Amino acid sequence: MSEMSSNIIVVILITSFATYLSRFLGVVSSEKIKETSKIFKWFNCIAYSVLAALIARMVIFPAGELAESGIVIRLFVVAVSVVMFLFTKKNLVYPTVLSAILLSLLNSYL
Amino acid sequence: MINSKYFFKGFKSIKGLDSPALALGASFIAIGALLKNIGFNLEQSIFSTFLTYALPGSLVMAESFLIGASLINIFLAVWLVNTRLYPMTVSLMPLLLHKSQPRWKYYLSCHFIAVSAWLIMKGKYQSVEKKHRIDFWIGIGTGTWSIAIVSTVIGFLASDYLNKDMMIGLAIVNPVYFTCMMVGAMKSLQISLSIILGAILGPAFFFISPEWSVLYGGASAGTIAYFIGEFK
Repeated sequence: MSEMSSNIIVVILITSFATYLSRFLGVVSSEKIKETSKIFKWFNCIAYSVLAALIARMVIFPAGELAESGIVIRLFVVAVSVVMFLFTKKNLVYPTVLSAILLSLLNSYL
Repeated sequence: MINSKYFFKGFKSIKGLDSPALALGASFIAIGALLKNIGFNLEQSIFSTFLTYALPGSLVMAESFLIGASLINIFLAVWLVNTRLYPMTVSLMPLLLHKSQPRWKYYLSCHFIAVSAWLIMKGKYQSVEKKHRIDFWIGIGTGTWSIAIVSTVIGFLASDYLNKDMMIGLAIVNPVYFTCMMVGAMKSLQISLSIILGAILGPAFFFISPEWSVLYGGASAGTIAYFIGEFK
C-alpha cells in the first residue's frame, strides 16, 4: 500500500470519528432527558433551527458546484419547488426532480 | 433481537412519494464523483460513506484533503460542521428510549442520524408505539444509509459522464428536498418559528463568522423560538 492511500484511510477514519463523536455524546445526554421536559423542547427547537440555518446557507452561500450558479436563480428554483410541493399535496418527487432540471437549464441559458 | 416487522416498516420509508431516495441519491452521486476527482479509489469512497454518512462532513473532508490540511485541522473542521448532529440526537433519542431495549441498539444506530433519516423519523415516530420505535428507526437508518452507499458507487463510476451543469443540477436537489421537508414539518408555532428564524439568522451570522454561522444562527434562533413558544 502506498503512502498516499494509507493517508486517505487515516483521513477517512478521522472524519468518521469526528462525526460519530457528536452522535455518541447525544445518546449519552439523551439517557437523562425526558421527552416531556423543557430541555428536550429547547433542544428540539435548536435542532430545527440549526437545520434551517444549514439549508439556508447551502442555498445562499453554497460551497462546491452550486457556487457557480447565480443566487437569484437558486432562490427562484427553491421558491418554485416549495410552491409545487404545497400544490401537489406535499409530494416530494416532483419538486426535487423539477429543481434539478430547472437549475441546469437556467444556468446554461441565462 | 430486532423486531423485523418494525424494521421493515421503517426500511420501506425509502419507497413512495415522500421518499428521500432521490435527494439522498443525487447528493451522494455528487460525493462519489467528488471523491474520485480528488484521488480516492472506489473502495475508499465506499468506506468513507459507510463510516461517515453525513454530507457536509464529507464535503469538508474533501476540501481539507485537497488543500493538504493537517489531520488535526481535518478533525476540527469536520467536528465543527457536524456538531449539529448533537442537538439532532438529543431531540430524537429520548423519543426512542425504552427500558426493555438493549443500549447497544442506541449507540450503534445513532450512526444513522443525518438530516433525511432524522426528518422522516420526526414525522413518523408517533405512528409506532414506544417500545418498537428503535427497531423502526434502525429500519429507516439502514434504508437511507444503503441508498447513500449505492449512490456513492454510482457517482464514482459515472463521474466522467457528469458535466458541470448536471453537477449543479444534482447539487440543488438536496437543499430543495430539505426545504420542502422543513416546510412540511411546520406544525406548531414553536417549530415554525425555529425554522423561519434559523433560515434568517444562519445566513445573517455568515457575515460575522462563516465557520460558526450555522451553530450561532441556529442556537440563537432556536432559543428565541423556544421562549416565544413557551411564554406566548
